[in-house]
Amino acid sequence: MSETTSAEFFATLLMQGFAGISLFSVLLLMALGLAIIFGQMGVINMAHGEFMAIGSYTTYILSVLASEQGWLDIYFPFSLIAAFIVAGVAGYLLEIVLIRHLYQRPLDTLLATWGVSLILQQIFRSVFGAREVSPELPEWIMGSVQPGEGIDIPVNGLFVLGLAGLVTAGVALMMFRSRWGLQVRATSQNRLIAGAVGIDTQQVDRITFALGCGLAGVAGAAFTTIASTGPTSGSLYIVDTFLVVVFGGAASMVGTLASAFTIGQAQSILEFLMTGSMAKVLTLVTVVGLLMMRPEGLFTAKVRR
Amino acid sequence: MLEVRNLHAGYGQSEVIHGLDFTVGDSEILAVMGRNGMGKTTLFKSLIGIVPVRSGSIQLKGQELSGEESFRRVRHGLAYVPQGRLIFPTLTVEENIRTGLDAASGGTVPDYVYGIFPVLHDMRKRRGGNLSGGQQQQLAIARALVSNPSVLLLDEPTEGIQPSIIKELARTLKRIRDLRQLSILVSEQVLSFTLEIADRLLVIEKGHFVHESRREDVDADSIARYLSV
Ligand SMILES: Nc1ncnc2c1ncn2[C@@H]1O[C@H](COP(=O)(O)OP(=O)(O)OP(=O)(O)O)[C@@H](O)[C@H]1O
Ligand SMILES: [Mg+2]
Repeated sequence: MSETTSAEFFATLLMQGFAGISLFSVLLLMALGLAIIFGQMGVINMAHGEFMAIGSYTTYILSVLASEQGWLDIYFPFSLIAAFIVAGVAGYLLEIVLIRHLYQRPLDTLLATWGVSLILQQIFRSVFGAREVSPELPEWIMGSVQPGEGIDIPVNGLFVLGLAGLVTAGVALMMFRSRWGLQVRATSQNRLIAGAVGIDTQQVDRITFALGCGLAGVAGAAFTTIASTGPTSGSLYIVDTFLVVVFGGAASMVGTLASAFTIGQAQSILEFLMTGSMAKVLTLVTVVGLLMMRPEGLFTAKVRR
Repeated sequence: MLEVRNLHAGYGQSEVIHGLDFTVGDSEILAVMGRNGMGKTTLFKSLIGIVPVRSGSIQLKGQELSGEESFRRVRHGLAYVPQGRLIFPTLTVEENIRTGLDAASGGTVPDYVYGIFPVLHDMRKRRGGNLSGGQQQQLAIARALVSNPSVLLLDEPTEGIQPSIIKELARTLKRIRDLRQLSILVSEQVLSFTLEIADRLLVIEKGHFVHESRREDVDADSIARYLSV
């Protein structure tokens, strides 16, 4: 008797852990974007969550079009790309219109991007309504696989995990192999000298900001497979995303990865053991405690400066 | 090559460079000598665009640069080796050099760079921050060279480097000048080094030039007086 219940318990725990994987994946995509923007230009983008929502709404719009055309089976991968482009272009414009005028003024950028987030939320409300929307998803993403007795692992979780893995690998590759990545790493170490050796640092800023927002857009598209989207969906995720970035150490991609995993898993498993808000409080307290011991985050670069 | 006219520059309210005039000729090595705090670094920073120019003109091959951003000045043919090297510490040696390459280069470090600085080839996978001071100096010069400058600006390249290496640095710089057909503007406090490399020298004091002479006419004693406190 007690054996079956403990088996059931572990099966549920495993499934809950898998729910944590989906959360981890979305957090990871969000945190990557936020971290590369912060690393490049020291800007904390309070509107990052709304760029995620832009990605979700883009997916929603495409799903409506796709169902009219009967393309429901194939539209989803394209919506990922579209979400990236739409959020990226929006980010590019925001950088040109607002952000670049506020460099070296961290408090002003914080306030300004917070304002942008409110404006965007209101635009979502006017265009899509206050009710949450969900894109119609293709059948293949809605199923589940059963690797063992009583264990149900949803395909959407696997899909989102694979996506986050691919995107992370792509960003890492760009960061360490591309000209853009080299210029980002140089500029974030010494902006003035980077300019003096010939790097157009403002161009790098624009591209980086657009890319970071584009990544939030992809996170938003992925997000539609695990929850529905409302005008304030983005703002619900922004705090967790900040937590991931700070906890992982803003300068380290491995740190971001590890901390997204820890926080995603901790939240999801704790939510199973206690109420949702208690789980959040416990995660927050733990992270703050660890940060008191390691103020620079989990991972930092080891080099003489 | 490089023509500077009535250049004024400084920080905030205080002006440090008070109307300097000078020209650097084709393939010429011109040295600016002066004691600590006389404005050498400020002059170099205003030439490359890190410190804003208040008034005056900086022309490179007839192109006006004084209002341009740093990276544009580099594209027009200026290159800068800052005092204290200021390489990128967490980037590898090779990556440090590649930051100076333009988009058309395809990201490959040209062979002549490692020909001039074989040490950098041996250490190309190491992080820049883990090199010795002398090696970092070579790295900073290599990073500046790969942008194919017509004028190289070197701010106190001998600072903190031991005498035997200073001699070698002088030889290397002359070799670079001959190999790459470029002009060099160098700031310096070590007279022996200046006499080794410079075709001409200027002495700066409180933002004004107070002395000029060709190498062959240099009166070492009088220069030494300017440099002693
Ligand atoms: N960032 C700054 N803000 C304000 N004043 C500065 C700044 N940097 C330098 N100065 C001042 O400008 C003057 C010239 O300094 P500069 O660094 O150009 O001298 P230098 O000739 O390069 O000296 P050194 O041989 O020590 O490198 C000094 O009086 C210095 O105090
Ligand atoms: Mg100086």
